[in-house]
Amino acid sequence: MTHSKRRGFGITFYILLLLLPIYWLLNMSFKTNQEILSSLTLWPQNFTFHNYAVIFTDPSWYDGYINSMIYVSINVVITLLVSLPAAYAFSRYKFVGDKHLFFWLLSNRMAPPAVFLLPFFQLYSSIGLFDTHIAVALAHCLFNVPLAVWILEGFISGVPREYDEMAYIDGYSFPRFFIKIFIPMIRSGIGVSAFFAFMFSWVELLLARTLTSVDAQPIGAIMTRTVGASGIDWGVLAAAGVLTIIPGLLVVWFVRNHVATGFALGRV
Amino acid sequence: MRKVPNNRAWWLVLPVFILVAFSALIPLMTVVNYSVQDIFGPNAAYFVGTDWFREVLRNESLQASLGRQVVFSAAVLLIEIPLGIGIALLMPTGGKRASLCLILLAIPLLIPWNVVGTIWQIFGRGDIGLFGRFLNEIGINYNYTADPVDAWFTVLLMDVWHWTPLVALLCYSGLRAIPQAFYQAAEIDRASRWAVFRYIQLPRLKSVLVIAVLLRFMDSFMIYTEPFVLTGGGPGSSTTFLSQTLTTMAVGQFDIGRAAAFSLVYFLIVLLVSWLFFTAITYPDRDK
Repeated sequence: MTHSKRRGFGITFYILLLLLPIYWLLNMSFKTNQEILSSLTLWPQNFTFHNYAVIFTDPSWYDGYINSMIYVSINVVITLLVSLPAAYAFSRYKFVGDKHLFFWLLSNRMAPPAVFLLPFFQLYSSIGLFDTHIAVALAHCLFNVPLAVWILEGFISGVPREYDEMAYIDGYSFPRFFIKIFIPMIRSGIGVSAFFAFMFSWVELLLARTLTSVDAQPIGAIMTRTVGASGIDWGVLAAAGVLTIIPGLLVVWFVRNHVATGFALGRV
Repeated sequence: MRKVPNNRAWWLVLPVFILVAFSALIPLMTVVNYSVQDIFGPNAAYFVGTDWFREVLRNESLQASLGRQVVFSAAVLLIEIPLGIGIALLMPTGGKRASLCLILLAIPLLIPWNVVGTIWQIFGRGDIGLFGRFLNEIGINYNYTADPVDAWFTVLLMDVWHWTPLVALLCYSGLRAIPQAFYQAAEIDRASRWAVFRYIQLPRLKSVLVIAVLLRFMDSFMIYTEPFVLTGGGPGSSTTFLSQTLTTMAVGQFDIGRAAAFSLVYFLIVLLVSWLFFTAITYPDRDK
């Protein structure tokens, strides 16, 4: 076996192992509960869409997906809007307290969400935002904004400042330059930051669950309902799990060409 | 990059500052406020100074939880970083196959953390799970809900499954940034495979490894949802880590003063260790 063939074999083997637990979830989601509990089958013997039908016909189920999508989208928009100008400032200018501010921002990425559980609950309750999508979106900014500023700063520093100066000479005002020229130049950086903001907001549950009760409840919290008096409804639980994987797959498909540089946060 | 002194840049940073001040500074000050008071009701709070901190630092169940957390994070770093580097070295260097690899590797990272717990909860069960059933069939007595060693093994395996791809993707992007000329020079020098790795690839991976080590340390030290769903912290308290201890204390027992003091100690440990890692890895570059 040649060297490159061995490599190909190694990576294929690893990816197969990686996909094994997901295959098992997918397999289970197409089985009836009776089949799941009675025998171990590698492929559904009585192939059924029943578990998915349960989710798609019950608003209290599919609302969870809609809620999660809404707060994730709001979070991505807020994160990008505030992070872009800030990352530009950190990359281009020296100003009073810039280094301290940058490290203070990053230190928030290091704060365990469990630390903020109770104060967040009280803060958002006291200003009437409890159980709204915007509350979860704002709470997730705690770790998404520092990361986005960090990623974007890396990408922006890769653009020579001669572009900025040339635009000024051509008579562009700062906002016009920023929107018309600069943003298109760092669009892969923006795509990557949006990807990370999406990713960390979509997968987080502790804060999202604490800040909501009914109207904005994320799908992760609704999934616990499958545990009933008669035991766990494994089929529906598996189907709900499979459906949470799909949005991530769509997003990673869109950024697939930038994902390699993106994961290095623009710093290679 | 050459930076221009300009204090008006503060206007560009202001939105971020206000947002993070709102969502981080106010809650943090609330925690500080709680940590020095004993609160019995809305109008009955007493200043107790550093009592809570002293108690938290002496509390044996917290120390045990911290011990487990340190062992867990150390194990996670020791397994995931070398494994991630190895996988990055195995990956195809370009074309459609590389894109496919990247997408497949990214899948575990995009699954909500409670679902990661659920996947392994199902996968590891002895009756309906492929993995648990397989181990039992080949004669290994495996039951993660009853045996602490099995529970630890499963939690670790789950974390390795979940997060090694992140390390691999970071390293992969670091490897792609190495100019081809470096490899050609190595070939002329007849450098061994190991020498290429040790003197060309590894030094070039440094900046991404800093990110990988920091992210993996921070996130493994804050882990909550996955083990909570998988084992619920059990059997006993064998897989109860710091975040779960804290959440139980704050929300379950509503023991606010103690939980607040514990929160601050917890946050400071993460900050301190992250700073130590960062300084240790970047120290040799200090003079450049």
